[in-house]
Amino acid sequence: MRRAVSAFLDRKPWLRLAILLSAPMAWLGLAYLGALAALFVTAFWHADPFTGKVIADWSLDNFETLVTESVYRTITLRTLGIALAVTVLDVLIAFPMAFYMAKFASRRARRLLVIAVLTPLWASYLVKAYAWRTMLSGNGILHWLLTPFGLDTPGYGLAATVITLSYLWLPYMILPLYAGLERLPDSLVDASGDLGARPARTFWSVVVPLTFPAIVAGSIFTFSLSLGDYLTVRIVGGASQMLGNVVYDNVGAANDLPFAATVATVPVLIMLGYLAAVRRTGALENL
Amino acid sequence: MSRACGANRRLGKRVLALLGASLLIAACGTESGGGATQGGFTPPDLPALRKLGTPEGSLNVLAWPGYAENGSTDPSVDWVTPFEKDTGCKVNVRTFGTSDESVTLMKTGDYDVVSASGDASLRLVAAGDVEPVNTRLVPNYADVFDFLKDKPWNSVGGKEYGIPHGWGANVLSYRSDLVKPAPTSWSAVFEPKSPYQGRITAYDSPIYIADGALYLMRHQPDLGIKNPYALDDKQFQAAVDLLEQQRGMVSEYWSDYLKESQALKNGDAVVGTAWQVTVNITRSEGSPVESVLPSEGATGWSDTWMVATKSTHKTCAYKWLDYIVSPRANAAVAEYFGESPANRKACDLTADRSHCDTYHAGDAGYAARIWYWTTPIAQCLDGRTNVRCKDYGEWTRAWTEIKG
Repeated sequence: MRRAVSAFLDRKPWLRLAILLSAPMAWLGLAYLGALAALFVTAFWHADPFTGKVIADWSLDNFETLVTESVYRTITLRTLGIALAVTVLDVLIAFPMAFYMAKFASRRARRLLVIAVLTPLWASYLVKAYAWRTMLSGNGILHWLLTPFGLDTPGYGLAATVITLSYLWLPYMILPLYAGLERLPDSLVDASGDLGARPARTFWSVVVPLTFPAIVAGSIFTFSLSLGDYLTVRIVGGASQMLGNVVYDNVGAANDLPFAATVATVPVLIMLGYLAAVRRTGALENL
Repeated sequence: MSRACGANRRLGKRVLALLGASLLIAACGTESGGGATQGGFTPPDLPALRKLGTPEGSLNVLAWPGYAENGSTDPSVDWVTPFEKDTGCKVNVRTFGTSDESVTLMKTGDYDVVSASGDASLRLVAAGDVEPVNTRLVPNYADVFDFLKDKPWNSVGGKEYGIPHGWGANVLSYRSDLVKPAPTSWSAVFEPKSPYQGRITAYDSPIYIADGALYLMRHQPDLGIKNPYALDDKQFQAAVDLLEQQRGMVSEYWSDYLKESQALKNGDAVVGTAWQVTVNITRSEGSPVESVLPSEGATGWSDTWMVATKSTHKTCAYKWLDYIVSPRANAAVAEYFGESPANRKACDLTADRSHCDTYHAGDAGYAARIWYWTTPIAQCLDGRTNVRCKDYGEWTRAWTEIKG
């Protein structure tokens, strides 16, 4: 019987493929794209302000509010700024780290370093965010460490949010960079040196262009994760809010699901724009 | 590979074009107005239960954390098990973190009773999610303090929709070692150039706009605010302006009382609105935190147990209503949560004999200085009929703008 089935499947490669892919495709199609479509549709409805019931009346009022009220522009720009700052900071921290791991560390040290980079991912997101809350506090460890140098903790606010998010997403930047740098042949670096290029020139003309796809891959993680975040800013952001908080408040506090859906389309559009921009650079084709 | 990429690119372009087009439509907007239903409300005409039957054997409770403890949080804190033994109603407890969450969960129809604060209760009544309560079937209702009965947040048109459970004020808390002289007015958190700017904490909810309105009631009498939950355009704008100005001085907005307690302990916040329970917890950790009911009065909460319209366990629900405001259970909840009990007889049964004094239970004068959370609606709650008041939807939008 089993033999018959396998023989049958062997003759029908498309069926094999269909069986193999049906579960992940159903997941992608229904749970993921379906939810996204539902979100987009709901964005055009509105809610009864008192009872919170969703009324399926088509209108563009939600989008009008989103576009005309300046507060949402401010929040969108702030969120974008935070996501960009986190990405840049992560690239700056991750590049030397990944470079050392890929090119200088011994095989054993390399393995240990990869584990070290991954261990923070084992701890809960909330625990790490609250740890930063304690460290950034007015009489926390940062205050104690920095006071001798005439500096002080930034306190709760945007700076604290950027620092905490950079810490949280750093592994997602280091790993793609490490993989990209590992694939970079040493011979190209050597050749650049043999042809008389100084290290800086080699770095900018050989290393960076060849690892650019890896930087982009990492930045997609850090950028999109920061764009949708709302917990970190609640924990260390002081009085600030991001797009995620507006969505959260409209679901949790205002009971206005349609408007929450409208706001939630903004990060989706930003990400699509980001991916389109990245595509133009050709980085995705080399991934 | 390259062919697949080409196909992808074409597809990608098409998706982008589609999104671009829809964005364009969105940006163009329409001429249609607000569209949402507005105005006051008439609750659906629902009958109250006439008489009790036999207990149905099970009960689904939707409660604030700390209101229906069954020993799962702390084995020594359990007043649900005795109820189960007495009535044979097996209790399932689900807790919620905000009033709005309770409203959303009640819509599922899965719960029989809910402990609703005033900013949730009217919405539940208007939507027909809860029904009037026959107080004659709740013997312990007789012992509930009279000043808690027939209030706008638990009754509509003279019909009781629930049993009062307990109440408390949003007090002004401060670090007595860092805030000198001791504040007696909300001006410590609202006045521009407060000496404590950057270390002020405020409550993170649209309902906090009422705190600003309450302050204006006293300090800008020409606005004519009679009730901080009934604000017309001009009054509302004044309150929003006050809070926008306050935002620059706020170090943090809190909705988790433990987060506020930590901020007070570390001195990241030194003054701001708080619940008495937060003050007690912070003080028990050795931090010199005091609280005061400021001269302007305060906002507060008064909670009500309500019965779901769709409940299929109504006898158990009424048994629960009666049990949870019985002197012993009411005392246990009030003491565990840190609020004033609703039952006057509960005061003799608290482990800490001074509990009722600390929380001013039965002090009608103190209670009268508190403006309890209630849902702002378009029909002005202060009785004005010539103007339209701002409803909760507008409060929520304004709150997003205040936080900026």
